[in-house]
This record gives sequence, C-alpha cells and structure tokens, in this order.
Amino acid sequence: MTSVSRIFKNGIVENNPLFVQALGLCPALAVTTSASNGLGMGIATTSVLICSNVVISLIARFIPQNVRIPCYIVIIATFVTMLEFVLAAYVPALNQALGIFIPLIAVNCIVMGRAESFASKNGSFLSAADGLAMGLGFTAGLVLLGGIREIFGTMSLFGFVISETFPQTIAMILPPGAFITLAFLMALINYLRRRTA
Amino acid sequence: MELFALAFSAILVNNFVLSRFLGICPFLGVSKKIETAVGMGIAVAFIMTMASALTYIVNVYILEMLGLGFMYNIMFILIIASFVQVIELLLKKVSPVLYEALGVYLPLMATNCAILGVTVINRDMSFNFIRSVVHGFAGGVGFLLAIVVFAGIRERIEHNDILPHFQGFPIALLAASMMAIAFMGFSGWIL
Repeated sequence: MTSVSRIFKNGIVENNPLFVQALGLCPALAVTTSASNGLGMGIATTSVLICSNVVISLIARFIPQNVRIPCYIVIIATFVTMLEFVLAAYVPALNQALGIFIPLIAVNCIVMGRAESFASKNGSFLSAADGLAMGLGFTAGLVLLGGIREIFGTMSLFGFVISETFPQTIAMILPPGAFITLAFLMALINYLRRRTA
Repeated sequence: MELFALAFSAILVNNFVLSRFLGICPFLGVSKKIETAVGMGIAVAFIMTMASALTYIVNVYILEMLGLGFMYNIMFILIIASFVQVIELLLKKVSPVLYEALGVYLPLMATNCAILGVTVINRDMSFNFIRSVVHGFAGGVGFLLAIVVFAGIRERIEHNDILPHFQGFPIALLAASMMAIAFMGFSGWIL
C-alpha cells in the first residue's frame, strides 16, 4: 500500500477526527442543524487544514522549537481570516448560518493537532494529502451528524422534504439533539470497531 | 437592569457550553472530578473576563482606529495566548497546587473556543466596555456552573454498570444532552 492511500485510510476511517479522536467537537455539535450546514463547515475546515498543513510543512524547519505554537496559530488564523472574506463574498448565506464558528476554525483542535503531529514532520505533498484526508473524515462526520439531525428534526434532507405527515422532533435540531446524536453515533462506531477487532 | 438581563442570559439562557456549544473540549476533558472542574471553571471564568476587557481595548483603540478591523481574529488569539502564558507563570509561582491540578489544560486554554468565542461575540454585537466585561464574566460563570454540575453527574456515572459501547465519551454526551434539555427550560425568558 502506498503511503498516500494509507494517509487517506488513516484520516477517514481509522483515526477519524470526529468519531475516533473526538476533536473539533464544538463546531461539530453547533453547526450540524442540517446536512448542508455540516457540508459547508466541513469544506471550510478542510480548506484551512490543507493550506495550513502545506505552509507549515514548508517552513517548519525554520521555526525555533520554543515559539512554534504561536507561529502555527498565526498561520492558521491568517488562512481563517482569508476564508472568512471568501465566504462573505461568495456564499453569504452559508456565512450567516455558520456565524461565529468560521472565526473559531482558528482554534479548532484538528487543525492545530495536524500541524503539530503531521505537517511539522513531513513533506508538503504528504501534508496536503493528510489535510485533505483528515478534512474529508471530518466532513463525512459532519454530514452524517447533520443529516440525521435534519431527518429527525425537520423530516427533510439537504432541504428536500421527505415526509409531510411524519411528526417532526424539533428537539433534534436544538442543542440536546446534537449531544444525543453524537453519543449514539460514537457508541455505534465503538460497537463496529470492537466487532471487527 | 439591562446588565443583569445580559448576565442572566449568558449564564442560563444562552449557556456557553450547553446552548452555544463553546468550550466543549475542556467540558468533556476536565469533568471527571469536581475539584479539578471547579479549578478549571474558575480559571476559564477569570480568563474570559480579562480577555473580554483586553480585546475590547485593543479592538476599539488600536485595530478600529487604524482601519485594521479585519485583523481581529489573529489579534484576539495572540492576546489570549500571551495572557494565558502570563497566568501560567503567575499560577506556578503563587499556587503550585492549582497549577498541577490544571495540568495540560492550562496551556490549552489558549485554544479554548469559549474564550475566543466570547471575544468574537462581544465584537459582533458591538458591546461597549462594561457590557463586554459583564458578558465575559457571566459567560465564564455559566461555564463554571455547567462544568461543576456535569462533573457531579459524571462522578456518579463512574460507578454504574454501563453497556461497553457506551463507556467513556458516549455516556458523557448522553448526560450532557439531558443537561441541555434541562437548560432549555430557560429559553424564552430573555433573548
């Protein structure tokens, strides 16, 4: 198996940032009121992750060990600021829906974690692949979470109505629904992992 | 009265953890024991208050005046990170016990989204100085309340017989969802 495909398997399945590592929970719980919001947040995080991974992998050896964390923070925050302007200009509706969680990508544990544990030790191509893989894993988790909440909460998926008559459980798109859905998804994944192991 | 309403809303109605989903990482990470949860909650409340004050001053008197408002995110993170560093040195000297108890979560405070979150909300709502500080303090008290109650619940759960797949994170999240339902009872009181 080549190392790129191993990176993808690691990011999407074996070390899924959301379900296995339990990182980035704040945006995962807050913005997943619908599948499309989850998808938007996932893509936004992925783009920051790829850019910051590439830049950090390129300059990591010039940064003194002691000040590396502040340097990473500034690099990540710069990309987040750029993303904020891009979103505000081209997809204002999504920007409105995600709100405060766009600037907060800068303190997302996933981005910082990959910078520290992968990008600072590997080449730029592998770091870009790692950013894409982890981002896709996170996006998949968000879409799943958002999809389930949207189906139960509003009986629709990606905005398309599934059933007019089936009762809607409003609590699922309110805060408690986020915790419950993630709890059951994590338990399900624990179950699947134990069965295959 | 208006300030009281703001504080009440930040503590209970729009609780930072249970309804805004900010600061979930320390909420789940440092809530295994009540003592450490209290320490963490007080530290977060203190830093949220101070960060609200500092970022307000920097935002209004430096960034806005120079027309650099768009740099707020980078600036706020740096302010919070350096402030946390100062607190860390201070705690090490003044209260080594608390320093030990907080452990790795103290430096991680720099990337705590509750703290950056409150400063960004203050800026988005263009609160004045007093309101920013009150909002930061009340948000911190809300965090303290949520994490201490949650730690109490988790101490009880610890001794229960739980399905193997639900042990750890899933059961903690279920407990958090029950708390969120309880806090939903406050919604609609004050917006």
